[in-house]
Amino acid sequence: MSLSEVDEKVGDSSSTKLNRVVIRFAGDSGDGMQLTGDRFTSEAASFGNDLATLPNFPAEIRAPQGTLPGVSSFQLHFADYDILTPGDRPDVLVAMNPAALKANLADVPKSGIIIVNTDEFNKRNLTKVGYAANPLEDGSLENFQVYEVAMGTITQGALAETGLGKKDAERCKNMFALGLLSWMYHRPTESTEQFLRDKFAKKPDIAEANILAFRAGWNYGETTEAFAVTYEVAPAKLAPGTYRQITGNTALAYGVVASAELSKLPVLLGTYPITPASDILHELSKHKNFNVTTFQAEDEIAGIGAALGHAFGGGLGMTTTSGPGVALKSETIGLAVMTELPLVVIDVQRGGPSTGLPTKTEQADLLQAMFGRNGESPVPIVAPATPSDCFDAALEATRIALHYRTPVILLSDGSIANGSEPWLIPDVEKLPDLSVQYANEPNAPDDSGEFWPYLRDPETLARPWAVPGTPGLQHRIGGLEKQEGKGSISYDPDNHDAMVRIRQSKVDGIEVPDLTVDDPSGGEAKMLVLGWGSTYGPIGAAARRVRAKGMPVASAHLRNLNPFPANLGDVLRRYERVLVPEMNGGQLALLLRGKYLVDVRSYTKVAGLPFKAEELEQVFTDHIGEIA
Amino acid sequence: MTATDLGLPQLGGLDLVPSTEEPQKAKDYKSDQEVRWCPGCGDYIVLNTMQSFLPTLGLKPENIVFISGIGCSSRFPYYMNTYGMHSIHGRAPAIATGLAVGRPDLSVWVVTGDGDALSIGGNHLVHALRRNVNIKILLFNNRIYGLTKGQYSPTSETGKVTKSTPMGSLDTPFNPVSLALGAEASFVGRALDSDKKGLTEVLTAAANHRGSALVEIYQNCPIFNDGAFDMLKDRDEAERRIIPLREGEPVIFGPESSDGELEYGVVRDPETGGLTVRKLAEVGVEQVVTHNPAAADPAQAFALSRLTGSDLAHTVTGIFRNVQAPSYDDLAREQVQTAMTKHPGDLQQLLRGNDTWTVS
Ligand SMILES: Cc1ncc(C[n+]2csc(CCOP(=O)(O)OP(=O)(O)O)c2C)c(N)n1
Ligand code: SF4
Ligand SMILES: [Mg+2]
Repeated sequence: MSLSEVDEKVGDSSSTKLNRVVIRFAGDSGDGMQLTGDRFTSEAASFGNDLATLPNFPAEIRAPQGTLPGVSSFQLHFADYDILTPGDRPDVLVAMNPAALKANLADVPKSGIIIVNTDEFNKRNLTKVGYAANPLEDGSLENFQVYEVAMGTITQGALAETGLGKKDAERCKNMFALGLLSWMYHRPTESTEQFLRDKFAKKPDIAEANILAFRAGWNYGETTEAFAVTYEVAPAKLAPGTYRQITGNTALAYGVVASAELSKLPVLLGTYPITPASDILHELSKHKNFNVTTFQAEDEIAGIGAALGHAFGGGLGMTTTSGPGVALKSETIGLAVMTELPLVVIDVQRGGPSTGLPTKTEQADLLQAMFGRNGESPVPIVAPATPSDCFDAALEATRIALHYRTPVILLSDGSIANGSEPWLIPDVEKLPDLSVQYANEPNAPDDSGEFWPYLRDPETLARPWAVPGTPGLQHRIGGLEKQEGKGSISYDPDNHDAMVRIRQSKVDGIEVPDLTVDDPSGGEAKMLVLGWGSTYGPIGAAARRVRAKGMPVASAHLRNLNPFPANLGDVLRRYERVLVPEMNGGQLALLLRGKYLVDVRSYTKVAGLPFKAEELEQVFTDHIGEIA
Repeated sequence: MTATDLGLPQLGGLDLVPSTEEPQKAKDYKSDQEVRWCPGCGDYIVLNTMQSFLPTLGLKPENIVFISGIGCSSRFPYYMNTYGMHSIHGRAPAIATGLAVGRPDLSVWVVTGDGDALSIGGNHLVHALRRNVNIKILLFNNRIYGLTKGQYSPTSETGKVTKSTPMGSLDTPFNPVSLALGAEASFVGRALDSDKKGLTEVLTAAANHRGSALVEIYQNCPIFNDGAFDMLKDRDEAERRIIPLREGEPVIFGPESSDGELEYGVVRDPETGGLTVRKLAEVGVEQVVTHNPAAADPAQAFALSRLTGSDLAHTVTGIFRNVQAPSYDDLAREQVQTAMTKHPGDLQQLLRGNDTWTVS
């Protein structure tokens, strides 16, 4: 995957064609960097590039202004081919203040472009972040292409006529930056102008001010001679179809809405706000017209409790949270295991333990999902690989929950949740039917005419779902052990042993697709790299790089973590080396070693950030070297 | 905002629950499970009262659900031939909330104990009450943890000597009625396990109330806290201690004198702003407060609840508060209905959004 750069004259100005670019917008949390990044993403999307994004922001809403902890950034990778990650290092860093420069400089490659807002580079701000001398003046940036632009001042000048106060005018400088970058990369601008008009529909003067700032940025690039070249990244040749841009949390929310439609059941989302899962609640609360009720409960326990109560009533019960919330929900998940009711628990993982790193990503809740309950309490686990995969993962979790009458945990994470990518919009007609039947008549195998709530479907081992209001099927369920079949309370030792095994068999027997291995060398690879969740992108990108260097490597991705695909053991045993990179201490590796007795190698990092492709490229190369 | 402001019809608690003409008997509500409470447990009497009370509602039994937490009392659903869930400690109000929101056609009852409702589940209890979800919460108060064999509970009197407090408990107990009124519960009542008539009256009103109802039931645990309410069961003692509330009537009680007058009345206490018990002969009946459970302001109901101290020198029973207020589940369904009618969901449209591009 080499970068071909071809210089080409277009019109008067020199324009360079690129295959891909990584841009990072960085500024103070109050500078509107997330919005700026989002808009540039939309422009790239509507232009037809493939893209991936990585927002990175502090847990504090407004950390002290101008400080390192207050820096918020948004990285965007866009390309003319299908890319897998938000990019390791920014080719272009936009730094709105000294803190943003300092916090991000280490990631910019030599000769990378840095565009700084000089207005903020005053003594006070420099001292705040520990710059003894102004880096714009002391030669420390001489290995980079630095563009100094007084964004605040120019924006204020451009808005002088609007009558807007100085402060308000200055706040539009993020749109100036967007305008400038849009010019540099030949981005379409209409959609941004329209977006601003819609966003500030109630404050037309603010809308106009932002549009003026945006145009000022564009014109600044066009008319000053500061920027010698512009760049073009052609549209990507993606599979034909209609696309949109989507974040993981939005895709999950849409997956929930679609689940309601496809199962023809009302959804109740019982939840309690927590980063990075809250946006799913926000999104779903807008879609009540799909028979979705959102219930913001007094805590996580009540949230999942309400979801389970809804399931008992015959609805589709869902709950969304992050690791700390899963801890609170565990007892209710156990109750759902025992009562064998369908329930979908969405855990958008963040850095832990405890409150940990609320806005950073991690995949360290796998063992919590797998084992974090008292007793033998098996729960199926599904993990989306990318933002858009969240939609399908939600359908898959719902399918398993409804079909097998079990709680299911869906493990997303912070980087998938907030990251975005193009999504080939699915054709609703082709989505699976998720409907299931309620029990409607007595089922006792004797002639008693009774209803036995624990008499199972011989194939799925699911028990009947008999909902209140159904005549003649009155029954009681609960957390106490039940007699298989009849469902009365039972303390019988053999029955308990049997029930523990049946609950396990039910989960073990869930049908999940076989694992597929990607090995373009046609079977020459001696090493398999296995990932799960959001490591999909970096693993795939690193594998491409390693293969491009002529080294075969096989890669595979687990979407179902409980049960594992039936062929997993065979696949693992086929390779001389199996490497599992994880953003945790080696949790999947532990499971694989325990279950398959394969000497899985673990590569772990728990830094709150996704793996970089270059980092994994090195790790893969080293491992391949070891077995060569 | 009230239901009237929103143009909602003033519904009763059971108006959306299907009824039946079939005559019902208490035994129709008995399940086939053997009841396993200790002999003499107050829970038996409440169970019997409930089983003979339910037929009077004339509901389809399949549309009645009991949800409980954990504790001796929380075994209740197993013994009722209705739908039921014996859930986890303290969480029944949350589970019942989810059920009630989705199923307006059900009569949803929560059975809970003093530990279940007020210790581990205190948070869910107050929130269910403030939200005014259409669920009826029966709090079996034996002032002890029964199932875990006799530790003190949040309603045990201070100084209670139990297995876990050999030198006496230290904390101040909750008065569940005061707590519920503090959470602005729209219906609050209290009854004694042994008072079948009084309990049935409160249950009937609770069932027909739309919104959450809290009914505190004094329940004797002969094994770990025997006789906790004996002073209320002894005829003479009861007359002096129990203050029965009757809608629209002056709050008077006590033994009858020869001229047919009751001995005591509840009057305002100018010093505290609250209520106090005085001999009628001393203050005159015109000073006595009249009970109005429908008063929007819960202040007097709260003052009445304060007359019950943990020594039960006085115990107020009956319905403290019964006001109409919009119930959460009705409002939640209303929002969903409005959204569904105004903009029926079009999934394909939603997935497409406004910003698409096409690759050919
Ligand atoms: C999470 C959890 N913690 C503790 C317990 C143990 N436990 C069961 S019932 C109970 C107290 C019950 O007291 P109460 O609610 O007053 O019910 P009673 O038995 O008196 O009817 C306790 C502490 C439990 N089952 N679950
Ligand atoms: S321990 Fe007490 S409350 Fe529990 S069943 Fe026995 S008598 Fe009833
Ligand atoms: Mg108790």
